[in-house]
Amino acid sequence: MARMKFLCDAERCIECNGCVTACKNENEVPWGVNRRRVVTINDGVVGAEKSISVACMHCSDAPCMAVCPVDCFYRTDEGVVLHDKDLCIGCGYCFYACPFGAPQFPQAGAFGLRGKMDKCTFCAGGPEKDLSKEEFTKYGSNRLAQGKLPACAEMCSTKALLGGDGDVIADIYRQRVFKRGKGSEVWGWGTAYGKPDQPKAAPAGAKS
Amino acid sequence: MTAARTLMLAAAAVVFAVGLSACGERDQVTVYKQGKYQGKPDTKPWENDPAVSPYPGSKWNKGDKTSWESAVKTRSLAQNEYTRAE
Repeated sequence: MARMKFLCDAERCIECNGCVTACKNENEVPWGVNRRRVVTINDGVVGAEKSISVACMHCSDAPCMAVCPVDCFYRTDEGVVLHDKDLCIGCGYCFYACPFGAPQFPQAGAFGLRGKMDKCTFCAGGPEKDLSKEEFTKYGSNRLAQGKLPACAEMCSTKALLGGDGDVIADIYRQRVFKRGKGSEVWGWGTAYGKPDQPKAAPAGAKS
Repeated sequence: MTAARTLMLAAAAVVFAVGLSACGERDQVTVYKQGKYQGKPDTKPWENDPAVSPYPGSKWNKGDKTSWESAVKTRSLAQNEYTRAE
């Protein structure tokens, strides 16, 4: 069973914002709504600058689903977290719950009224007839129904952003790490929980 | 006298039990109960006819999940430029 995921390779991302543009163009996202954005740390510091493209991560245990008071979220068979805009009340609980800031709220009206939530759909549309005008208007493009992958990942110029079945893209990333000989350190126990400080033992007789 | 003593013992037992219960520890972590989706049903991507799409991406048999997954997997593997360069 496919489990759709995004994976962004911080070693490759060049902060071109092409993924952001592709998403906006593909889904005709309104002004003020950013389904995807590029986050950069250590901006301008030579050798330490890293960028990563962030959107909804389609969590396996999504907190937005847990906190939604009207239960408008659902997870598809491919592991994509989607929601029904007809049911959404725009309360913003999902925004507080999401660790990635994925839920977006269009600013409708002069006083910044919070509209219905909008977020990355993994280019999978929503609960309307597939490839219909209604679906496109509410949720954007449905590329999965056309046998395609999200526009952001497919057009990424450096292939930093990978999208698709988690197993497949993890294999691609693994091969990449083997080829370049580094990068695997960003995964695993050591990264998540810190590495123990173990200074090298001085050879016998050496002066300290 | 015996009845009064029994009553005293019973009262002491109750006080002891209540006192001990205060030492109990309850779970501090909230377990959220997932709600059930209340919205409209959605169609599966493999239930679409690939020929309907104005810009078809992959070919699969309508309604066949396995062939759709296989088509999407082929598309996913195209993201690996090492295989494209070989």
